Amino acid sequence: MFELLGTTLPSRLLLGTAQYPSPAILADAVKASGTSVVTVSLRREMAGGRADEKFWSLIRALGTRILPNTAGCHSVKEAVTTANMAREVFGTNWIKLEVIGNQDTLQPDVFGLVEAARILCEDGFDVLPYTTDDLVVAERLLDAGCKVLMPWCAPIGSALGPVNIMALRSMRGHFPDVPLIVDAGLGRPSHATTVMELGFDAVLLNTAVARAADPVGMARAFGKAVEAGREAFCSGMLEPRDVAVPSTPTFGRAAFR
Amino acid sequence: MKLIVNGEALEIDATTLAALLAALDHEGDWLATAVNSDLVHRANRAEFRLSDGDRIEILSPMQGG
Repeated sequence: MFELLGTTLPSRLLLGTAQYPSPAILADAVKASGTSVVTVSLRREMAGGRADEKFWSLIRALGTRILPNTAGCHSVKEAVTTANMAREVFGTNWIKLEVIGNQDTLQPDVFGLVEAARILCEDGFDVLPYTTDDLVVAERLLDAGCKVLMPWCAPIGSALGPVNIMALRSMRGHFPDVPLIVDAGLGRPSHATTVMELGFDAVLLNTAVARAADPVGMARAFGKAVEAGREAFCSGMLEPRDVAVPSTPTFGRAAFR
Repeated sequence: MKLIVNGEALEIDATTLAALLAALDHEGDWLATAVNSDLVHRANRAEFRLSDGDRIEILSPMQGG
């Protein structure tokens, strides 16, 4: 169980809904992952809008909590307006806040992010900011009213996994009581396990599942990996050491001459 | 009246936001609307009067990560 913004969630995996081969595979992957939060977006309505209606019906039928995002927004104004529109459509104060600053890396514009977070928090939103692993930016986001932080571990969709373990470890150490969700950059279940072993509270991913050869199988694998990492963190792992230590007791060992 | 709807220039008779949505066959409780970059709530669309040159965004749920 995972307490997030006053809501108890059965899973520590949050899953995106984009890039699946079909709506049916998306629905099956969500079920297989065990997630209870899916991310969605808003885009311009096409004439007629029936495809969008079908997607919306599918998402509602999943019965999960919805986390709308402001993906694709490059300015504070765009992000704030999109967040307001998402609140009206999805009926939730939760918003995954993205203010993109670099088109190649999809790195967040952390200055715009802090400004947008402040505006939205003051307006009653529960802001989940997509940010970097920078501690100072994290402080500013908390000052702005965020109760959760979502650092990347590598660029969105890169599948690189945690490229800066030290920064993630440092973030966990500096903010022991803030829910920290690794968002973006995970490629393999072992990456998810690694960040969960560091003590992160949850992970949010999309591409690694949606673009796998078998998204349903990969969703299940990530669900298990997240659980394994969490349980390992809670169970107290052995620290590495430079010398061998026999695992079999040496006491009572026979002596042959 | 000349309007920019989802980035496209349109010449249309609608005088309110609700009338514009109906004229474009955009109806449903899954839509969100903004005029000139500010949200216009669903409940206010019928009385929201459009002006020449207004920029309207009509958004709906999509897949997202």
